[in-house]
Amino acid sequence: MSSTSPATTAPARPVTAAAAPQRKSTLHRSEHRWAAAFVAAPVIGFLLFTLFPLSYSVYASFTSWNGLSAPRFIGLDNFIAIGSDPYFRKTLFNTFFYMLGIPIGLVLSLLLAMALSRKLPGRTFFRTVYYIPVISSLAAIAILWQWAYNGDYGLVNQVLHLFGIQGPNWLQDTATVKPAIIIMSVWKGLGYSMLLYLAAIQSVPKSLYEAAELDGAGSLRKFTSITLPMVRPVTFFLIVTNIINGSQMFTEINIMTPTGGPEYSAATIVWYIWQKAFKNLQMGYATSMALVLGVLIFIITAIQMRMNARNAFSVE
Amino acid sequence: MQTLKQTRSRTPMKARTRYTITNIWITVLLAIGAVVMIAPLLWMLTTSLKDKEGVFALPPEWIPNPAHWDTYLRIWTEGPLASGIKNSLIVSLSVTVVGSFVSALAAFAFAKMRLPGKNGLFLLLLSGMMIPFPTLMIPQFMMFSRIGWVDTLLPLIVPGMFGNIMMIFFLRQYLTSTPDSLIEAARVDGASFPQIFFRMILPLIRPAIAAQFILWFMGVWNDYLAPTIYLNSPEKLTLQLVIANFNSNYAIQSDYPLIMAASIVALLPIFVIFLVFQRQIIESVALTGTKA
Repeated sequence: MSSTSPATTAPARPVTAAAAPQRKSTLHRSEHRWAAAFVAAPVIGFLLFTLFPLSYSVYASFTSWNGLSAPRFIGLDNFIAIGSDPYFRKTLFNTFFYMLGIPIGLVLSLLLAMALSRKLPGRTFFRTVYYIPVISSLAAIAILWQWAYNGDYGLVNQVLHLFGIQGPNWLQDTATVKPAIIIMSVWKGLGYSMLLYLAAIQSVPKSLYEAAELDGAGSLRKFTSITLPMVRPVTFFLIVTNIINGSQMFTEINIMTPTGGPEYSAATIVWYIWQKAFKNLQMGYATSMALVLGVLIFIITAIQMRMNARNAFSVE
Repeated sequence: MQTLKQTRSRTPMKARTRYTITNIWITVLLAIGAVVMIAPLLWMLTTSLKDKEGVFALPPEWIPNPAHWDTYLRIWTEGPLASGIKNSLIVSLSVTVVGSFVSALAAFAFAKMRLPGKNGLFLLLLSGMMIPFPTLMIPQFMMFSRIGWVDTLLPLIVPGMFGNIMMIFFLRQYLTSTPDSLIEAARVDGASFPQIFFRMILPLIRPAIAAQFILWFMGVWNDYLAPTIYLNSPEKLTLQLVIANFNSNYAIQSDYPLIMAASIVALLPIFVIFLVFQRQIIESVALTGTKA
């Protein structure tokens, strides 16, 4: 999004059109009108549902507001309160902690994609199986895993039992609740990254590998010198989207740990914002937290875009 | 020359055997992984067929005997499952049908029509994608509450009807690869822009629309946060909220078969869509990630 080459609009008109300048301008005017009409809906939608709420957020974040009576201007008080809110710090920490699943998922899905890029029997079958969790609704998946993590008769502990391990009560224990949710997230997202990596690997020209083989490159060398650089744009895309999505984690927390987990150890920042806004009716405070989150996400995205300027997509 | 020919013919043979052996190992590992991926879902299915006590059996029964199919009849009366499906359909279909049409129109204009400042406008819309929903949800909620739309499906439907910038972006990319001369020719023949859109562009980008449509439909169908904010009355809930409520209401009675059966029903429509449109979905996802 950062590198935008000067957009070339439609190519130059045929020279003949220039012969009748007056007709051309009326033609253009009608084209402009139609084009404006065609893009009107998304632009109005943007103004109504993005720009206006965003501006109101900025205003509301400086107010004390319960959503019922009018917002009362209180200056920077909300932001000062955020600075000393232990729950804000805790839920922000949790949100970033969950992102440990991102590198795990990337490595696993790259391995999977490399395996599936070989001529294996049942390739399509495996691809489908690994992709099924991706299309499943997160709410249903969260319900499923909530009971799979049950300490007494959940699937996870039943499997561990086969190996003679007495598993914990995953979601009720401050030490295991976060790893449990990470495992679930990796399981759910694996198929998606696998698919993107698979597409990238399959688009690598075979001649590259053949040339490397002629030069005596082994499998590891081929992987580090060809595959890894060639899938770099996908890795970048996945890291950015995973961080953006990860910072907005809500569904699985709200369903699996309805009270935010033991001592808020599972709660994410969006869950906390939702709790403050719609349960405690501290709309002003929640808005300022949401704004901080928005700015954080923006900064992270901007840094990554800059670091990977070469990979960023450009308009046109 | 002779030796070169020999080594050439020998190495592929050796390499091929090695390749096959590696393949066998990889297939075994993939199969183990596949079991891990699918086991939780199978467990969900078998749990839905057990009786309340069977859930606690150790070791777990993978094929419940007898299977309690009646749970699947019970879910329809124990919660507003039918109205949940209806509401989810209303929301997903109206958003995606209207939204896709609107997005296609905009994509056509952004890709192929002259409009002063259109690229700046497009970038502005794209930048809107960088603002996460949680940042906007509170003022949006207050907006809709002011006009009395809370606890109706409208806040979930109306914003989507204004199009989807991801889809516009995708269709625009798709359209830039088509030659301008086609449209020029149609213009010379006296076709108006709506005519060009309906007769040429729409048929041309139909596969791209179909792929994006399915992805968007699944996204709206599976959405949870926005419905959680806006809906309260049982008969207004979308399917995701209905099953989430099953989960919290029946946990106390430890009626896990009921919870699991309801969740299975929530998953099924999307599974069917996925199996039917698997190729389009997979291609479209792959394109989104690699072309971005």
